Amino acid sequence: MDLIKDIITGICFFIGSLSIIIGACGLIKFPDVFSRVHAAGMIDTGGTAFFLLGMIIQTGWSLITVKLLLVGVFIFFTSPVSSHVIVNLARQKKIIPFGRKIGKLL
Amino acid sequence: MKSLALFIILFILWLLMSGHYTFLITSLGIASCLLCVFLAKRANLIDDEGLPVSFFPRIISYLLWLFKEIIISNYSTAKTIINGKIDPEIFTIKSSQKSEVGKVTYANSITLTPGTVATQIKDDIFEVHALNSDFGDDVRNGEMDKKVLWLEGKK
Repeated sequence: MDLIKDIITGICFFIGSLSIIIGACGLIKFPDVFSRVHAAGMIDTGGTAFFLLGMIIQTGWSLITVKLLLVGVFIFFTSPVSSHVIVNLARQKKIIPFGRKIGKLL
Repeated sequence: MKSLALFIILFILWLLMSGHYTFLITSLGIASCLLCVFLAKRANLIDDEGLPVSFFPRIISYLLWLFKEIIISNYSTAKTIINGKIDPEIFTIKSSQKSEVGKVTYANSITLTPGTVATQIKDDIFEVHALNSDFGDDVRNGEMDKKVLWLEGKK
């Protein structure tokens, strides 16, 4: 039973670290601030979600599980706000986004 | 009524965070929760924005759906990063939520799914930046808009 738990945790950690590495690559590779925020958002959601999932499976059913879930909830509320603030500031500084513009923008 | 709901939420959170169940400490916890509710009421924080009660019945199934969407678009974003072919686009959409909390939830959900970011918001027009047109179409087809409207639960 413990072995199965460890294997599932390992898979979760592997997926989490993979998405953090790919996100970091995207952060370097992409051309402008708007596309880079997407890669950073991937680190925020994919990375932390899978790491927390792995930790929850490892701890089993206890009060620590609830605390880990709460960490996840708070990250899920705060990470989009920080991404939005970065992008919004870039828009207000009139940075021209790379790529197509469809219709009339704000 | 809303104060009671806030008190219950705070107290459950307190119980889960502390893990102490002796009489003295629990009564101190109740007292601190009551103090928090009193202060929140005095500061007029307990309104529809601070405590969106109409969201609560459907929030779990909404979060599960959002989690599924996040995993799917995480996979497509990872594929896009590895391919290195990006075709970013920026466009505006109209949101149909009535309340401010609904709009915030919608914008947060758009930003939370990798590949799309809400850049600016003015009244009910959102400006969205997408990594390529597939991600853009996911927002434009309005499925998430309908889901948030359903979550909002108002006629």
